[in-house]
Amino acid sequence: MTNSFAHVRDAKMVFLLGSNITEAHPVAATFLKQAVRNGCRLIVADPRRTGIAKLAETHLQLKVGSDIALLNAIMQVIIEENLYDKAYVEKNTEGFENLKKTVAAYTPEMASPICGIPAGVIAQVARDLASVQPAMLAYTLGITEHTCGVNNVFSCASLQMLLGNVGHPLGGVNPLRGQNNVQGACDMGALPKIFPGYEKVADAEARKKFEKFWNVKDLPSKNGIMMPDMLEGLPTKKIRAFYIFGENIANTEPDIRHIESCLASAEFLVVQDLFHNETSKFAHVILPSAAWSEDDGTFTNSERRVSRVRTASKAPGQAMPNWWIFKELAAKLGHNWKSNSSQEIWDNEVSVVAANIAGIKYSRLEGDGLQWPCTDPNHEGTTVLHKEGAFARGKGLFTPAQWTPPAEVADKEYPFVLSTGRRLYHYHTRTQTGRCEGLNTLLPHETADISPIDAERLGIAQGETIRASSRRGSVDVIAKITPDMPEGLVWMAFHFRENNANWLTNPAFDPISQTAEYKACAIKIEKIIK
Amino acid sequence: MSYMTINGKKIEFRSGETIVEAAQKAGIYIPTLCHLPRSGHGDVCRICSVEVKGQDRFLPACSTHAEEGMCIETETPALIALRKHILTTILAEGRHDCFMRAIPNSKSPYQIAAMNMPHREHACPSDGRCELQTLVLKYQIPVKDIVPEEGDFVLDNKHPMITRDFSRCIQCGRCASACNAIQVNEAIPSQFGRRAEKENWLPLVNYDNCTHCGECLQVCPTGALSAKKAYGLSTKKDELIKIRTTCPYCGVGCQQELLVKEGRIIEVNGVADAEPNLGRLCVKGRFGYDFIYSKDRLTTPLIRQEDGSFKSASWDEALELIATKFTDTIEKYGADSVAGVSCSRSINEDSYQMQKLFRSIFKTNNIDNCART
Repeated sequence: MTNSFAHVRDAKMVFLLGSNITEAHPVAATFLKQAVRNGCRLIVADPRRTGIAKLAETHLQLKVGSDIALLNAIMQVIIEENLYDKAYVEKNTEGFENLKKTVAAYTPEMASPICGIPAGVIAQVARDLASVQPAMLAYTLGITEHTCGVNNVFSCASLQMLLGNVGHPLGGVNPLRGQNNVQGACDMGALPKIFPGYEKVADAEARKKFEKFWNVKDLPSKNGIMMPDMLEGLPTKKIRAFYIFGENIANTEPDIRHIESCLASAEFLVVQDLFHNETSKFAHVILPSAAWSEDDGTFTNSERRVSRVRTASKAPGQAMPNWWIFKELAAKLGHNWKSNSSQEIWDNEVSVVAANIAGIKYSRLEGDGLQWPCTDPNHEGTTVLHKEGAFARGKGLFTPAQWTPPAEVADKEYPFVLSTGRRLYHYHTRTQTGRCEGLNTLLPHETADISPIDAERLGIAQGETIRASSRRGSVDVIAKITPDMPEGLVWMAFHFRENNANWLTNPAFDPISQTAEYKACAIKIEKIIK
Repeated sequence: MSYMTINGKKIEFRSGETIVEAAQKAGIYIPTLCHLPRSGHGDVCRICSVEVKGQDRFLPACSTHAEEGMCIETETPALIALRKHILTTILAEGRHDCFMRAIPNSKSPYQIAAMNMPHREHACPSDGRCELQTLVLKYQIPVKDIVPEEGDFVLDNKHPMITRDFSRCIQCGRCASACNAIQVNEAIPSQFGRRAEKENWLPLVNYDNCTHCGECLQVCPTGALSAKKAYGLSTKKDELIKIRTTCPYCGVGCQQELLVKEGRIIEVNGVADAEPNLGRLCVKGRFGYDFIYSKDRLTTPLIRQEDGSFKSASWDEALELIATKFTDTIEKYGADSVAGVSCSRSINEDSYQMQKLFRSIFKTNNIDNCART
């Protein structure tokens, strides 16, 4: 997030896209709901009539995967009607002419059939957004989990720059991270192209710095590959030894059948986790980890806040902290790593070598933590990025994008669009929430959420078990008929193994981020003939 | 800054602060029961009444704004008498039996069942940290002499995680405000006006709107709302350690206060006033902690055998095997023939270590994390 959760409380206007915030980020939602109650204007773009959409002054119930068409049309109106912040654009950005040229074709009338939203509504939303400054834009995986995910994000950023909304406390471009330490894992360099602190592995100076710091020679200069390519590399033998730490890949990745065949072909697979799961079946070695609250450490939340995690219980049996496991493995390979606790790793390594968090030490994290950039011991942290339009890269670059449809769209054989995500009462593949007393009572099984119109047409009753199939697989799942679903759309989660949405999802990825298109694939649903 | 006087002491306050807020900052105690900070809720029980010079009636400190030059007394004989009267009335209306009061037929079936649970030291799950109990002790209410009023009480045991025993409810309205003003769920209809003025209002839950966040449980000052997962575990204040930590679920990073007894978490609350959640939690943050105690946990390293089964191994064996396999693979097929995925739910330090292992020892950048899902 460029901004902070505290800013949501005072927001004057929020444009929320692809974010079922009341279920996926419930506590952030409480602040937004309060803000709306206090007069904050809210526009929600979501194919489903979500809990938060019901509180919006305008709910843009767009077709799945039409975000760029919508955003381009909004920007077209704003430019056409001279509603953008000219001074801000001139002073702080570059590439405006390029943007103008790209969005010119996206009149509301042109975008309307793509988005399934009347042209007049699109034009009105453009004027509404331009009428309040600053306005905050926030999004979740509804924006990123598309083959055009990166372009979706660029378009969100372009809109906010056009309106002069980036760099203000009540504005910004704010992705709500789905997992507690998505931000942190990336900050720590668990990515194929960057070291901790976002220095590039391709940069010789950066490599030299890390070689010296780690006291090693010849750090690799070639970018690594991302997870989808790693998995694809298993059957082709490009990857022969694979190490999975804390992820139930067999359930979380699109097209389970294919993923499992990849995992099964691994020559050597290490799984480090809390429990046996569908992924550990394929492992050659399984290592038992200490869990949350069984180890000290830090998480970094969506607003870049580094907060402490503390030990309350002892890990069972011989389960050990993950940092210890990596350290001991390094020792087996002849490397003696000095840091011998999370605090030593952070204080003596992470914060020494990553410039944007250099000012964060454990001694400063006793209270509410610190938001990076925090570059020296007296730095108070940063609540707003690109302050006053002073962008980190110099000038904010407009990166216009053309709308592209999802990789797989509904057709005669598979006439429904399946979109997927999380529900309130469970988390991911339920390895944890499935073992918490009470949560299974609140949500004991998966459902396929469908519209009353589709249910009636297909003769499906509430609670009836139906069959949902895509080109990749088929599951039997209980139908949940709800007016919150539009015609032609089915929505499922990936919490339960037997009817996990990922038996159906399409392994098509954004070419840059390699994020899978979990939000759109083509399926059919039918009654089960006994 | 503005100034006022409390009990003869000059204190400063900021514009907009209530008398209670200003007093708290100055270290002056004013009792409260119904007051719920950050929700605008208060002025129901009147226990916080104070004397303000020039006013002919007592004012509720929780909902009266501090004003320049105010002259306040908080513990006059008249105020103490009023508080004793309020506490006595509350005790008579419910079934508050924590002082071993001999109340004939006072126990609800739930209370009797709770008392019979193993390890249960007392019928009330809030014994030892109940705000009502604390005030009854402070103001030395002669509990034995209080004659309980007639009446039946409702028990709502439908919720999988929370029991609502209305025999211990003091109708303070905190749970309703937590639900409506803070979580904005509107699952518990609010009451308006003072305890003395309302008729038989009970904070019953409309489960259609309930998100099971348990904010109501967190703010209940008595044992009316109790956490089922803490059944059979003492909740006495002096046996509990409070540990602040960060929630392991979504990317908001809520600050949690774990109540821990002998190395076991028995309850989770939000840390009051902490960023980013200001004391709030959701259903997973509050109730999603006990997976760590599951009997399914992996407790030793495991190595797959020829027949596909897994055999327990020592750390030394398991790590030796991994080291050998990775080294051999790299020697034979090059560094980029190995790859790893780190966990975006585990701590930063774990991800740092894993990428360091892959880069500095395996000499590959084939390291990623599961951030995209």
